[in-house]
Amino acid sequence: MSSNGIRDRVAVVGMGCTRFGEHWDRSADDLLLDATQECFAATPALLAEEVDAYWLGTLGSGQSGMTLSRPLSLDYKPVTRVENYCATGSEAFRNACYAVASGAYDRVMAVGVEKLKDSGFSGLLRGDPPGDGTAPELSLTAPAAFSLLDPAYCTRYGVDPAAMREAMTHIAWKNHANGARNPKAQFRSAVSKEKIERAPLVAGRLGIFDCSGVSDGAACALIVRAEDAHRYTDRPMYVKGLSLVAGPARGAMDPGYDYTTFPEVVRSAADAYRQAGVTDPRTQISLAEVHDCFTPTELVLMEDLGFADRGQAWKDVLDGAFELGGRLPVNPDGGLKSFGHPVGASGLRMLYECWLQFRAEAGERQLAGPGLSLTHNLGGRPGGCVSFVSVVGPELG
Amino acid sequence: MNTMRPNMSGYGIISYAAYLPRHRLQRAELGATLGISAGRGARVAASFDEDSTTMGVEAARSVLPGRPAPQSLYFATTSPAYLDKTNASALHAALRLPRDAFAADVAGSARSGIAALRAASLAGGLAVLSDVRTGRPGSGDERDGTDGAAAFLFGDAGASVAEVLAEASVTSEFLDRWRAPGNPVGEQWEERFGLERYVPLIKDTGRRALKAADAGQADHVVLVSPNSAVRKRATTFFPARLSASGSPVGHAGAADAGLALADALDRAGPGETILLLSAVDGCDAVLLRTTERLAGARQPEPVARQLAGGRDVPYATYLTWRGWLDREPPRRPEPERPAGPPSARGEGWKFSLTGSRCDRCAFVHLPPSRVCKECGAVDAMTAVPLAGARGTVATFTVDRLAHSPSPPLVDAVVDFDGGGRCTLEIADGASDELVVGTRVEPVFRRLYTAGGVHNYFWKARTTAETGTGETGADRSQT
Repeated sequence: MSSNGIRDRVAVVGMGCTRFGEHWDRSADDLLLDATQECFAATPALLAEEVDAYWLGTLGSGQSGMTLSRPLSLDYKPVTRVENYCATGSEAFRNACYAVASGAYDRVMAVGVEKLKDSGFSGLLRGDPPGDGTAPELSLTAPAAFSLLDPAYCTRYGVDPAAMREAMTHIAWKNHANGARNPKAQFRSAVSKEKIERAPLVAGRLGIFDCSGVSDGAACALIVRAEDAHRYTDRPMYVKGLSLVAGPARGAMDPGYDYTTFPEVVRSAADAYRQAGVTDPRTQISLAEVHDCFTPTELVLMEDLGFADRGQAWKDVLDGAFELGGRLPVNPDGGLKSFGHPVGASGLRMLYECWLQFRAEAGERQLAGPGLSLTHNLGGRPGGCVSFVSVVGPELG
Repeated sequence: MNTMRPNMSGYGIISYAAYLPRHRLQRAELGATLGISAGRGARVAASFDEDSTTMGVEAARSVLPGRPAPQSLYFATTSPAYLDKTNASALHAALRLPRDAFAADVAGSARSGIAALRAASLAGGLAVLSDVRTGRPGSGDERDGTDGAAAFLFGDAGASVAEVLAEASVTSEFLDRWRAPGNPVGEQWEERFGLERYVPLIKDTGRRALKAADAGQADHVVLVSPNSAVRKRATTFFPARLSASGSPVGHAGAADAGLALADALDRAGPGETILLLSAVDGCDAVLLRTTERLAGARQPEPVARQLAGGRDVPYATYLTWRGWLDREPPRRPEPERPAGPPSARGEGWKFSLTGSRCDRCAFVHLPPSRVCKECGAVDAMTAVPLAGARGTVATFTVDRLAHSPSPPLVDAVVDFDGGGRCTLEIADGASDELVVGTRVEPVFRRLYTAGGVHNYFWKARTTAETGTGETGADRSQT
């Protein structure tokens, strides 16, 4: 795979993010306005009318660019609506960055929104085109699809299912503890390991605390040319690498695939690392926001992103390697698990945590001077998915 | 109306098979729940994802391998999954019968079973008799009915396991069993009225069939009827040299005569005669004689052994499956109905589990793909039907959130012997039997019904067959 990358060519100079959660009193229009207003209010040097173009990510809370231009009453601006499953927010960001890097625009905004709690149903809904009724995705829910990782991982690496359960519990416990320190998180309370393990089952061995929060929310980022960044803020966030791959969905029909890895994540991470000049992610990455849609996902991601050796992540998890005070803090903001997962907004929410951490505005969960940071956003399921990895940093070079 | 003739078609039964669903409803539990006396034993119950079409496929799949494909298919049932649309065409697709084969339903009453047998015997075709029999909670139909199917492939009499020696019929109009269209359950007059009507009809047709074949006394006599008083006296009408019996399983509608005949063929020796009597709005008698080929061509699993197996279904679950108990669904949207054009384009995949194998590198694609996932070759694929294949569970899960007509939904990733992987639902509620490595076989089922459209597709069922020469019995001892 070849990509030229746009290392240090664009910068984020402003961000906004609503609280994630069950916003019964807020529409998608409200959430879009709330997030963008917050962003512009915090970036007084860049006026809303100066934004040249917008990229809007939403899975299903609207169609077309008018989902954004109408509620914000934009003045005949270009708005591109993108969708890429649960990596939709990251995809809006990626394309917005490329628009600036290409020279087509100087100031753009990436926005992501999802209004999930108006449907009246549990979990995510699908909006599939008419089909023949045979696709397993039509019936098998997301928690069930990701629960396949658990027995497969135990079998492949000979891990005692009880130890695996402990590792999954530890991930849920950690992300709840982190979310408890985050005023914008959906779930703001620490949860005991006993409570996590006693929760009602959803699919396979996954209980409700192994699943991310279903929520409403919006987030956004203002992106400019790197050389212009200091006109708008004294602490810009620079883009070092952006990679997205859409898998051929081979694993779902390949007996050689063993459900202990996401080949799409491995590929996108390698690409992003190369663009960013990262050769040893374990030492060079100081913070990672990853797609912890379900607890076994985060565990497998530690290996796919190169943070742990194959078959060893469960031990590293139990050793506390990825806690706030660990060797590589993962999901310090609470992750999808506890911050919540309004699909189109999640990728931008991950970047929002990097943004806050770089600016030392992360409050109770502030890390000490983080350098290169990673966001990882995944859409689909084991056997076939899209995967996005970004590397961002607080400084040029 | 009165007919009698020796059979001159030149066709005989060349293979046969019965299918009894796996679930059993214990009559004691039924009785205890309703506070009635429901007797002992169990009735055979189709699962929530089975209907007359899927059970018909299951029975017919066993009779076809290794034999010339039939040019006609007659599908008999009193519980058609569709009206206005031919159900036999779904069987035709699932069985991958020749495109120019005729396929039609013979639907309506239990007599349709004999009609399908007769039509197939005249044309060298395939007769599939299948039914789901239900009744109001506490009714005789619910207690004593059976769900099941039987299939008979007719071909050259010289290659048959049983030939038809004679047939005799009589038709009589009287009110014994009936059901208005749209009514889920049937009605019946006082059964002794029907009995009195049926007795002379049975005697008349049986005698004439025997006489036409100069048979004197039959070796085996089997009598079936939807009238329960007739069923109670099934063994009393004609003497038999070796056995006299009624339905082996309880009344199975249009499948009843087929299940009884399959059971008789399971038990008969070579060169023995079987007098099959079916008393439905008249009576039909079929006199058959087995050949020396029978011993080598019996169905894989006899009716008696199928009947002896099974796992119990709780009565509340059974009532839910049949629509008598409307239970709270998961908080998930109803599934969409399958769309016509994609279903037609994907007929091979949806109805006969046919994938594609790359001509260049042999990678198997399920569902079929135009582009090879292994080597990238485009439009260089050969169809690979996997309905008869065996596979192994690579991983699995129990989905408690998913919408299912009978939660929880169980899905497994299945790797097929000889290549190919896909994710299939596990049929017959056997999640407690699943481990990584469990052996499974595909079965044709109805995933759900939405918008009046039945979503037919394949599921996987656990099988004792291990593919390594190890039998289920061997395994249970270790």
